[in-house]
Amino acid sequence: MALSGMRGLSVFISDIRNCHNKEQERLRVDKELGNIRTRFKNEKGLSPYEKKKYVWKMLYIYMLGYDVDFGHMETVSLISAPKYPEKQVGYIVTSCLLNENNDFLRMVINTVRNDIIGRNETYQCLALTMVGNIGGKEFSESLAPDVQKLLISSSCRPVVRKKAALCLLRLYRKNPDVVNIDGWSDRMAQLLDERDLGVLTSVMSLFVSLVSNNAEAYWNCLPKCVRILERMARNQDIPQEYTYYGIPSPWLQVKTMRALQYFPTIEDPGARRALFEVLQRILMGTDVVKNVNKNNASHAVLFEALALVMHLDAEKEMMSQCVALLGKFIAVREPNIRYLGLENMSRMLLVTDVQDIIKRHQAQIITSLKDPDISIRRRALDLLYGMCDVTNAKEIVEELLQYLNTAEFAMREELSLKAAILAEKFAPDLSWYVDVILQLIDKAGDFVSDDIWYRVVQFVTNNEDLQPYAAAKAREYLDKPALHETMVKVSAYLLGEYGHLLARRPGCSPKELFAIINDKLPTVSTSTVAILLSTYAKILMHTQPPDVGLQQQILTIFKKYESYIDVEIQQRAVEYFELSRKGAALADVLAEMPKFPERESALLKKAEDAEVDTAEQSAIKLRSQQQTSSAIVVADQPPVNGSVPASNHLTLVKMPSQNITEESNVTYEEPPVEIPKENGAPVEVESKVENIPETNIESKVEPPAAHPASQADLLADLLGPLAIEGPPAAVEQNPVQGLETNQSPVGDLALATLEDQSNSVQPIVNVEEKFHILCSKDSGVLYEDPHIQIGLKAEWRAHHGRLVLFLGNKNTAPLLSVQALILPPSHLKTELSSVPDTVPPRAQVQIPLEVVNLRASRDVAVLDFSYTFGTSLVNVKLRLPVVLNKFLQPITLSPEEFFPQWKALNVQNLKVQEVVKGVKPLPLPEIASLFMSLHLAVAPGLDNNLNNLVACTTFFSETTRAMLCLVRIETDPQDRTQLRLTVASGDQYLTFELKEYIKEHLIDIPRVQAASPPVPVQPQLPPAAVPATYNDPGAMLAGLL
Amino acid sequence: MIRFILLQNRQGKTRLAKYYVPLEDSEKHKVEYEVHRLVVNRDPKFTNFVEFRTHKVIYRRYAGLFFSMCVDITDNELAYLECIHLFVEILDHFFSNVCELDLVFNFHKVYLILDEFILAGELQETSKRAIIERMGELEKLE
Repeated sequence: MALSGMRGLSVFISDIRNCHNKEQERLRVDKELGNIRTRFKNEKGLSPYEKKKYVWKMLYIYMLGYDVDFGHMETVSLISAPKYPEKQVGYIVTSCLLNENNDFLRMVINTVRNDIIGRNETYQCLALTMVGNIGGKEFSESLAPDVQKLLISSSCRPVVRKKAALCLLRLYRKNPDVVNIDGWSDRMAQLLDERDLGVLTSVMSLFVSLVSNNAEAYWNCLPKCVRILERMARNQDIPQEYTYYGIPSPWLQVKTMRALQYFPTIEDPGARRALFEVLQRILMGTDVVKNVNKNNASHAVLFEALALVMHLDAEKEMMSQCVALLGKFIAVREPNIRYLGLENMSRMLLVTDVQDIIKRHQAQIITSLKDPDISIRRRALDLLYGMCDVTNAKEIVEELLQYLNTAEFAMREELSLKAAILAEKFAPDLSWYVDVILQLIDKAGDFVSDDIWYRVVQFVTNNEDLQPYAAAKAREYLDKPALHETMVKVSAYLLGEYGHLLARRPGCSPKELFAIINDKLPTVSTSTVAILLSTYAKILMHTQPPDVGLQQQILTIFKKYESYIDVEIQQRAVEYFELSRKGAALADVLAEMPKFPERESALLKKAEDAEVDTAEQSAIKLRSQQQTSSAIVVADQPPVNGSVPASNHLTLVKMPSQNITEESNVTYEEPPVEIPKENGAPVEVESKVENIPETNIESKVEPPAAHPASQADLLADLLGPLAIEGPPAAVEQNPVQGLETNQSPVGDLALATLEDQSNSVQPIVNVEEKFHILCSKDSGVLYEDPHIQIGLKAEWRAHHGRLVLFLGNKNTAPLLSVQALILPPSHLKTELSSVPDTVPPRAQVQIPLEVVNLRASRDVAVLDFSYTFGTSLVNVKLRLPVVLNKFLQPITLSPEEFFPQWKALNVQNLKVQEVVKGVKPLPLPEIASLFMSLHLAVAPGLDNNLNNLVACTTFFSETTRAMLCLVRIETDPQDRTQLRLTVASGDQYLTFELKEYIKEHLIDIPRVQAASPPVPVQPQLPPAAVPATYNDPGAMLAGLL
Repeated sequence: MIRFILLQNRQGKTRLAKYYVPLEDSEKHKVEYEVHRLVVNRDPKFTNFVEFRTHKVIYRRYAGLFFSMCVDITDNELAYLECIHLFVEILDHFFSNVCELDLVFNFHKVYLILDEFILAGELQETSKRAIIERMGELEKLE
């Protein structure tokens, strides 16, 4: 090919090529840029030809990687040139040099529009191309109608129309409002009849984007897509120039099948049959051929067909055909095909239940984990991660650990994160989990994020059985010669907390523990030194009787670090030094760390964070979002620790010290206390994964789906002994307390959320269940539908509560007219910060809400929330988990404190007793843990009778301030469905409300009823306040009654 | 969709760079540098796909030239791989037996051809004949 017509340009390019080194090249470029700059300054003498030549030179220089920070104006102005050659250069170089955010583009928006609506086809093409490549929002708003006109115009040539289609696609992506759905579905249907395959290819891309946002609007186009596919599969009427190595445009086939994946199903039996015929033909008829291009093209079509089959949930036979094909692909030598086999298997796991068949290929997949190509290894890792469950976790995790030894740096972090998550999710036993994490730290310490070792500490802290084992393991690792610093941290932490449990084992005396840990001190960084100091303090505290030598050694270290350069360490050293001279008090201050409140794994959150951004939402993702079971990650897996008793350990256990001593006691701010901060960052609320089974005692309450009949039975049971006389209607409304008060509008609304959801957008979580989870937890998801997720995080201090609502927009389009309103019950004062009108795409907005509790009540605040998305207005009313127990703080009383109080409250209405029937038959320990979740501190030993239980708590409200509440339960070992409940406090309303509240949790009643009793404006005092009976002679408490 | 297309030689000299997403100049330079490093040392026996940040690069080597397309993670890899080949066939046809020098001295033509082939990050025309004819039309106008 001859050189281009511009001699000056060719000479310049030759000059650059002849430069021997970078320095010469730079000189030449600088000279040229200087030249261009001076010429542009004096524009008058510049001929159009010269201008054009300089602008091309600028692009060439820019392409070489040099900054070109002038001449943009001149380039853009060429767009307005009267003649084609200059105009062309203007358009092309502008779209290379500038991006959509450049202000210069605004100047030419009118010229561009004139070119688009003008009569010159060539200019139309130039303008459409530039707007299609770099058009931004402003172009979108001002040009979309004109572009649409060109697309559907019958007088335009295909060359213009295909550009108009893609230009419109760009404008649509910048602003979806520019395509009005109503009119467009018919036009799209017409456009899909297009005979010119170039235009059809472009139109199909536009169509994919449109259906990905709103498939419902384009049902009418579905049969057309099927017809296009049929036509191509049969190679009917396809011009030669649109076949590629004998295959009718593989790209158009792929795009069409992609579009079909956005339709939830295909109902029309005719279309469905025709489509399956095509798919069957593709699945069966794709052979491996020698020609690489032909092979690639036919497999491009085949893989898209596989994706469509998976989406359509074809008949079993076809699905197993697909799995068989994928099984074949993951074993072939050809790397691209093997890669795609692995990738598509992972996708298949997301949509269908093929885990068992895929497991048969496990060995093959593990081989790919050792492939020299990192792309293949990544796919294999993803697939192994996806297919892992309890049955193969051990094998897969061990394989990953082994691979960690040889994996390159680029993969180690991902690898260790995935191994850690799998170990946590599917551990057959917790000691194995500890083994895995310690191995991970040992092998790839640099790549093990802090989250991973925090997590193992949480598990060990919350599982007493595990503590000696973990401590022993940590001790073993310390014997290794070269230890990763993270291992030093975790070992020191574990041995500080639990080292004393090993005291009798060889090499584990406090002295020896100290010596081996102290060996590491000189080589570790500041953050580890801090942990080691805490460990020393703990060792000191556990050394009973005190060992003067050891004490001296440790104190010397504290003394030494008192003047350390790091403030944190300095402070620790000073404080530990002082504390360790306090003798017995040390044991209180440095007591074992309380259990961690259960929380979603930060690791899972982290793994999910790696979200991708794509032009169109992934069809497969859309689909799995629509499936309410949302079984993508863990939802249907058993809890980590499997066994029920163990799971109780993970329950939120609020130790009194956590609330009371936190501020007064600086030493509590040890590193582990930082862990909750790390993990408890607000973003966590976003996490879609919920570890519900472990945390929620209330989940044992039956779901609301109980039969009405059994409800009635229950009520009869319940109401009988209470002897409440009331009109039947009132009983129906308010069965639990049988009070005829339903005047409060809030009460009605609260109920409305449960049934009255006539919105077209349905929540994809169980709103009721989420509310109940949040009643015992302080952060989590409150509500979620396909567009928005509302998370909540709360902090409670006495009678004040600070909640933050997290509104997370899940879409790539904004949520509009967002409104939130709190409908507070009379006992709460609420203040909601202002709510922005719009939630931007993929953004999260935080809305703080302050709550003050005025007095005791079981009434619930309701959040009236609405927004619009597209054409749908969504309005939901959600109960907020601002419930009675949030204002309770457990307190431990000694017998000397308890009994005088109990006695003093022996006043009618202040102490109330009731025989409760129809109780869930729970063993006493379970009732105890239920009480703990309600913030009632169970005080063992106060009641001698083992069938009884006594608990104390403090209630906070503005009227009562801090008020002591005492609770006693006497169970009947013969009949677990009844018990006697006594509640006492210094306020009769509080006594009544608290008693009812506890009752609601004890009674086995469907949740709908139990959770939403509107509260009386004037609470009637419980008729059940019958004088106590003295039929329990053995009990010390009874005597006091 | 295609995020960007790069033509680079083994030394990393860019012969064509077309972005369909708005990037700042510094970011473009970084991307070009990183993509080159990513593909240049890959064994010919490896896949033609390689993950790049949150997307993936589909690349193919022709003599000393690497053609790379950055696409969404959900896009059909093989379709884009053959899209690269089709582009090369078109160039080959247009320049009759294309070589790197043709692309260097006629880089502006390459941009023109690309604009007839891909628009808004999507495939616009897959007929070689249609594109070659269109180029003929345009050349007459100059």
